[in-house]
Amino acid sequence: MNIEIEDIAKDFGTGRALYAVSLSIPSGALIALLGPSGSGKTTLLRILAGLEYPTSGRVRFDGADATGLSVQDRRAGFVFQSYALFRHMTVFENVAYGLRARPRRTRPPEAEIARRVTRLLELIQLPDIGPRYPNQLSGGQRQRVALARALAIEPRMLLLDEPFGALDARVRKDLCQGLREIHDRTGLTTVFVTHDQDEAMALADLVVVMSMGRIEQVGRPAEIRARPATDFVRAFTAA
Amino acid sequence: MSDIAPTRPVPVTTEPPLVRALLIGLAVAFVALFLFAPLVTVFAEALAEGGRGVIAALSLPDARAAIAMTLTIAAIAVPLNAVFGIAAAWAIAKFDFRGKAVLITLIDLPFSVSPVVAGLTLVLLFGANSALGAWLMANDIRIVFALPGIVLATLFVTFPFVARELIPVMIEQGRAEEEAALTLGAPGWRIFLTVTLPNTRWALLYGVLLSNARAMGEFGAVAVVSGKIRGETATMPTMVEMFYNEYLSVAAFSLAAVLALLALLTLLLKSLLEWRHADLLAATRRH
Repeated sequence: MNIEIEDIAKDFGTGRALYAVSLSIPSGALIALLGPSGSGKTTLLRILAGLEYPTSGRVRFDGADATGLSVQDRRAGFVFQSYALFRHMTVFENVAYGLRARPRRTRPPEAEIARRVTRLLELIQLPDIGPRYPNQLSGGQRQRVALARALAIEPRMLLLDEPFGALDARVRKDLCQGLREIHDRTGLTTVFVTHDQDEAMALADLVVVMSMGRIEQVGRPAEIRARPATDFVRAFTAA
Repeated sequence: MSDIAPTRPVPVTTEPPLVRALLIGLAVAFVALFLFAPLVTVFAEALAEGGRGVIAALSLPDARAAIAMTLTIAAIAVPLNAVFGIAAAWAIAKFDFRGKAVLITLIDLPFSVSPVVAGLTLVLLFGANSALGAWLMANDIRIVFALPGIVLATLFVTFPFVARELIPVMIEQGRAEEEAALTLGAPGWRIFLTVTLPNTRWALLYGVLLSNARAMGEFGAVAVVSGKIRGETATMPTMVEMFYNEYLSVAAFSLAAVLALLALLTLLLKSLLEWRHADLLAATRRH
């Protein structure tokens, strides 16, 4: 699914988080929103998910206006920064949540749900952790469970907020690889937010550099490295 | 520095034996004097004339009516306040809106207002001398000196317990899990039932138990608003006072003992639940 962001602005009570940002995300791309904290990258991601509504501007999914579409109707698989796993549910119940929450007529039968959850746990290479609770998992395992839970709803796009932020370097590398593989396998349009330029450059097809609520540059990693469009991009990517 | 090698390694967090003994002694003395002794006294006085005396006292029609009254009030007020408390805590912890600070202050109001004043306010508001009271009277609706008035007074004094227990827990847990459920397509009511409520059930349980204890034990507000009509509006605490004033010591303490037993029962229930669900409790990180 392709995503069109047209002149999206967002004001919070405390100030402006986004200034008329426009961006076109081609179907099936793996995109990084890269910037320091306060650059508006997470706000933009949350607007795509429907967790925030823009003050002005539109969002289109495959050409259709999705600006007013509710979170539930967007079918955006979202991986939260601290994963936000349901702590009182087992891993199995976490992954099954989205399927069980469907209205009766579109809800798969319980056997089908179990089959899908099993398949997703295999996909994230943790086939045996179904009965465990989130607090019995390592950080890397939690992240993968969050990913499986987001994929369970057969999302139209995958949105990840600092998916590797809380992990140590080695796990981070593995999971970056894992995300790339899952993306290539599912072909889902994927947007992830990061403040780590190495992560963005290594993983994404297209990097969107943001600062102070504006997009500074959009380009392939090599382009951004070779020809930074602004002083900010030069300084940020040199760091 | 090498000349002060310690001969006996003492953990830095340990106090000298004398201080330890003193602190422990003080705590034990305090608990014995202010918690244990009164409880023992209540049961000892109740049993002053043996078990038969207790049974006779509790068979008095006034005592039975008071027990029934108190249980009825708790059965109405506690569930209502659980619902109100959950709603208030949910609004405060998960949403931003104008007047939030005012709402938080309002919830605490019953803690700072004397229960007698609260009872008096109800009498003034719904009593025969007010316009509302006159209208109610004309339509044959009785609030003051009747069950509705006592329930209202109890609702007022027990209002903060559930909300106060829930708010910090809900705030600490944040909105992330609810947002996750939203992105997974769950409708609001389902999120509330499957995510918000289960995550706060222990706090809710504590709030309900506290609120129940207070609902059964409330004296001041209920005394004013009920008129303490024997066999009709007298509750257990007000009946205890009346028995005591009439020098019916065994009756007073027997009823008081039942009240204390009800409180102990709620505590036991709580401990039992904690013990049975220990692993789940650990998983949801709530003491």
